[in-house]
Amino acid sequence: MLNVSGLACSRGERRLFTDVGFSLDPGEWLHVQGENGAGKTSLMRLLVGLSPADAGEIRWRNEPTPSVEFRRDLIYLGHHAAVKEDLTPLENLLLAAALDGVGLDERTALAALVRLGLRGREDLPVRVLSAGQKRRVLLARLLTRPAVIWVLDEAFNALDVAAVRLLGDLIAEHLAAGGMAVLTSHQPLPVPGGKALVL
Amino acid sequence: MNAFLATVRRDLLLALRRKSEVLTAVFFFVIVTSLFPLGIGPEPVLLKKIAPGILWVAALLATLLGLPRLFSADHVDGTLEQMALSPSPLGLLVAGKILAHWLLCGLPLVLLAPILGLQFDLDASTLGILTLALLLGTPLLSLIGAIGAALTLGVRGGGVLLALLVLPLYIPALIFGAGAVEAHSAGLGAGGHLSLLAAMLALAGFFAPWATTAALRVALE
Amino acid sequence: MIPWFWAAAIIFGVGGLWISFFVAPTDAQQGEGYRIIFVHVPASWMSMFIYLVMAFWAGLGLALNTRVSGMMAQALAPTGALMAALSLWTGALWGKPMWGAWWVWDARLTSELILFFLYLGFMALQAAIDDPRRADKAGAILALVGVVNIPIIYFSVKWWNTLHQGSTINLNKAPSMAQTMLWGMLLMALAFWMYSIAVALMRVRAIILERERHTEWVKHAVE
Repeated sequence: MLNVSGLACSRGERRLFTDVGFSLDPGEWLHVQGENGAGKTSLMRLLVGLSPADAGEIRWRNEPTPSVEFRRDLIYLGHHAAVKEDLTPLENLLLAAALDGVGLDERTALAALVRLGLRGREDLPVRVLSAGQKRRVLLARLLTRPAVIWVLDEAFNALDVAAVRLLGDLIAEHLAAGGMAVLTSHQPLPVPGGKALVL
Repeated sequence: MNAFLATVRRDLLLALRRKSEVLTAVFFFVIVTSLFPLGIGPEPVLLKKIAPGILWVAALLATLLGLPRLFSADHVDGTLEQMALSPSPLGLLVAGKILAHWLLCGLPLVLLAPILGLQFDLDASTLGILTLALLLGTPLLSLIGAIGAALTLGVRGGGVLLALLVLPLYIPALIFGAGAVEAHSAGLGAGGHLSLLAAMLALAGFFAPWATTAALRVALE
Repeated sequence: MIPWFWAAAIIFGVGGLWISFFVAPTDAQQGEGYRIIFVHVPASWMSMFIYLVMAFWAGLGLALNTRVSGMMAQALAPTGALMAALSLWTGALWGKPMWGAWWVWDARLTSELILFFLYLGFMALQAAIDDPRRADKAGAILALVGVVNIPIIYFSVKWWNTLHQGSTINLNKAPSMAQTMLWGMLLMALAFWMYSIAVALMRVRAIILERERHTEWVKHAVE
């Protein structure tokens, strides 16, 4: 499904990596490892199509990316909170879905927030939530937006023990349902299996 | 199309939660136009003559005031990245944001202009032409300004740079907008000016979201 | 190749200046002061032409994603700005004795001033963005937006000017030029061409060396 070959990237004048290649099929996930500054985040941004690669090719369902189809199948969560502070968690989810052109009813959105432990917080502005809770609002998108491949950059940061376990479960469920995931992290991840890529 | 409306709705909702930011630009418009008579003197004939120019220049500057915020908030909190990766075309979302910007920063100026025009002793038909010219011209300012806002996104000293990039491009709008009112006052008829403004608006409406989208993708790299 | 352009620029320049100052006859209406147009007119031509070339390279860079085109655009901008400034400055020097004012809101003068602002905006934007690749692309978009706008700006300013009836002076009424004047103008224009090419090539060489300073061939070349 996802085939990456010969990927190269440089930041400014520094070459971060060359000739990175891997492939993922349904149910598989990739753990991208490396020191600080090795280019993990750059690889993720390249992968989702935010920045162009110096060389190499990324194919999704045998089509070169970025394609509309790839974007429909993709969820990318980066370092940023990507939630609006002035809106409530519920509004954030509903509006994000509307922007993506994906149907989402309020009940599903509420259920997602409850699953992420935000019961009773759905009508507060995000501004008053803690950093970990903001992160959970973002993670709720994994449940409200159907996607095939999850690209999560340092998604386990700022999460407490319970939330780490919860995210691990979510990823495992996603993989069991035939999904794919690309994750970066310094710690060992609470998800079994997985290919490893060291930059 | 739904994504377009959703973007407009989202930006209006966000502005509603932060009213002060919108009101600042509107107050700026009111204050700047009121300063001119104080600086020039209360001579009705002179004021009447320069009124369209003053109102237009003030509208230009007031629009400019709101432009840096057009994309920067979404850029900082990462929602712009999500928009760029959304299955909806980014151009559509950008067009929605520009429309919301006009509704928030342009439309209030159009509505206020007739009242401020009274300060300069303009008669009713002149006020009508002024409002009409602003109604056609302010969306043009939002559209062109969006390109500049996208180009200067995340750039050092972006605000000043934005003014430097955008103001020269505003000149045609200023000339035809203020010219329409003047032509009307001179008894020449404002039709030609207004149709040229409308033509420029159509042109910008087609190209500006496209150029803005390209600039945003560059800014996100 | 660059020394050849420099040589050509100097030869044409000296020839052009000689004709324009010593050979060309004194103008019946304008006296000796008119001689400044031998610098003014080629500078104006170049300022407009360079913007077009710059936009062409910019468009090429965006379409084909080639790196040299961005560098060419970056190299051309300062020369274009210099030409626009020179044209404005000599225009003012010419205007003072001819029109009795350093500046009039003539359509051409105003357009040239706006063109100068567009150059400054382009250079400021490129200077403000750290990543050269991003700077190239952003500059390219700006140059293309500018090139779409230049005709609109030009016609709007022209129209604005005729509407206001402000200046009664019209630059178009230049009488049929003497043959020698034409030659002087032609030589000066060629000199400006050669100078612009030489300077742009020198600048682009410097930019390439700077950006590629970590590659092997540059290290060899510098040594």
